[in-house]
Amino acid sequence: MAVETPVREPVSPPRATARGLLGSWDLLVLVALVLVVVVGTLTIDGVGNPRFYRFVVLEAIPIALIALPMTLIVITGEIDLSVASTVGLTCSVMGKLWQSGLTSLPALIAISLVLGAVLGAVNGLFVTVFGLPSLAVTIGTLALYRGLAYVVLGDKAVADYPVEWTRDMIAPIPGTVIPWFVLVVAALAVLFGVLLHATPIGRGLYAIGNNAEASAYSGIAVMRTKFWLFVATGVVAALAGVFWTFRFASARADNADGLELSVVAAVLLGGVSIFGGRGGLLGVVAAVALLGTLRNALQLADVPANALTIVTGTLLIASVVGPNVVRMARGRLRRRPPEERTQP
Amino acid sequence: MTALPTAPPGPTGPTAPTEQSAPTTAVHRVFVVRELGIALALLLLVAVTFATNTRFLSAQNVKDLLLGSTILAILAVGQAIVIITRNVDLSVGSILGLAAFATGTMLQSAPGLPIPVAIVVGMALGAACGAVNGGLIAAARVPALVVTLGTLYVFRGIDYTWATGRQINAADMPHGFLRMGNASILGIPVLALFAVVVLVAAGLFLRWYRSGRELYAIGSDPDAARLYGIPVGRRVFWAFVTSGALAGLAGVLHAARFGTIDANAGLGQELNVVAAVVVGGVAIFGGSGSVYGAALGAVLLTTIGSALPVLGINPFWQRAAVGALILAAIGLDRSLAVRMARRLRGGSDRGR
Repeated sequence: MAVETPVREPVSPPRATARGLLGSWDLLVLVALVLVVVVGTLTIDGVGNPRFYRFVVLEAIPIALIALPMTLIVITGEIDLSVASTVGLTCSVMGKLWQSGLTSLPALIAISLVLGAVLGAVNGLFVTVFGLPSLAVTIGTLALYRGLAYVVLGDKAVADYPVEWTRDMIAPIPGTVIPWFVLVVAALAVLFGVLLHATPIGRGLYAIGNNAEASAYSGIAVMRTKFWLFVATGVVAALAGVFWTFRFASARADNADGLELSVVAAVLLGGVSIFGGRGGLLGVVAAVALLGTLRNALQLADVPANALTIVTGTLLIASVVGPNVVRMARGRLRRRPPEERTQP
Repeated sequence: MTALPTAPPGPTGPTAPTEQSAPTTAVHRVFVVRELGIALALLLLVAVTFATNTRFLSAQNVKDLLLGSTILAILAVGQAIVIITRNVDLSVGSILGLAAFATGTMLQSAPGLPIPVAIVVGMALGAACGAVNGGLIAAARVPALVVTLGTLYVFRGIDYTWATGRQINAADMPHGFLRMGNASILGIPVLALFAVVVLVAAGLFLRWYRSGRELYAIGSDPDAARLYGIPVGRRVFWAFVTSGALAGLAGVLHAARFGTIDANAGLGQELNVVAAVVVGGVAIFGGSGSVYGAALGAVLLTTIGSALPVLGINPFWQRAAVGALILAAIGLDRSLAVRMARRLRGGSDRGR
């Protein structure tokens, strides 16, 4: 993947954890989110409306779900571009099973999650056992899984699910307008958050991202950890596929096409370094919320949807260029390199 | 990926250091073998398909195949140059779209414009986009994956905003330009000739020019290259400008070939291009591979697409086949590298 030596400060795992939870970047994204909400509510008609947030949340759920395990993967210095194809293949298989007479919802969900685990395990195997770069592997499985989705279902849509399944999937929490499924996302966020920020495993992830070789020598099961991260990503992507199918009451092979880029964009905007070893879940969750709110708010403000694409891209670029420029400027002011730069 | 010259962990694994420490001839041999492999696979595919249905090699079908490969191959050449420097350019599909729409709009408003001018303008626009990528990456020293993911959105957004749902049709464009998109010289489509010229020029540059060879050095080990005195930032910048210019050219050719352009031209093309390059034997973490392999990869991917229906296989298998091919290609690279490491070091590398 990349590149030019990054300007990167080695961060010891405990500090990384502290940064991850309340680091300045996370705070910045949170402040931006609050700013968008406040300014939006004051200036744009409809943004204060609870229905607005219901829509934002519904739209953000699949991205938020997949961004959780993706954060952990990117922190270890790997990446998984096959997630959206996993969603698509899960949807296709679910549609095919429904068509061929499997009408039990729990069974459909269970089979989907197992399928997701298998797809994730395939990625994990290629990356760990065969030692192949995850960027290339998951570009391969991106094509492979999406292709299989088309093989399973063709270009047809399966849409004759019971109406109540869709209704139940997007039903609000009683007394609110917020869809109950957000609780599932929240539970998973807590699970992954505790795992990353409060356990030895989480500290191990940062260590792997900073220096996999050294981590291996210090007793961290680098390969096993990475393998299970890919499995977890597959399962969560499959869960997103279940949600997608019933939210739109439509199983199609092209469901979630291109979603991988949105997820990666959210994770990177959330302050996770593409080189691994840095970042945290709070920033990523805030970034998902920021992107979703901004998108929908600007849409309400009659900014053409197309211009929003520019906003997303610019935010993403600013999120990597900004900190680096600040750091370089600061370094120049001090007339000595800040910490250990690898640049001459 | 590796931040320090001394750290070979992670996905780069032992591949990168192995190739550096190997004598150039051995490296060369492995990858010559690699290109032969793709060529053989391509020949086999064509032969089997031809045996199934002889019309697969009819003049018209061959022409369609070449036309179909052209745009992907040109993009793949640019992408290979970038990936050799251990970077990646995800924005090429968006640049293609922008250049195609710009060309269409320009020719619509000035039908008398000479075709070479249209080509130069399209390439210049692409080069400008590439300069934005390269400038950000080289000057701010930020990862290419993030920057070009960002510009993927930005360039496409500009394209959408500019087009605002408009579509340019063949009727709006000068005949001469559209004729170029379908004309042949001695049975070879004119567009394919563009691809050949680009390919040969890029191949010669990488092989015989000092700055071309330096791109491999940068990709093998950016820090060592910098210490050695190679202007890494400048070389990477120009690699992105080249990739952008070629994406611009691809955009012009797209306009000439299809005649109909909306803001969606080249949408999602970036992953196909990376796939072609990876299948073509260019290591995703830089330092090895050739533009010839990348172009062969593009032709192979395109041929699979048109061979499947002839072979009576559900065309929906195409994408799955491409995915399997990518996995096979990187697996092959890996096993070749491991075998070579063993031979050169006489011992086993820590298997990771």
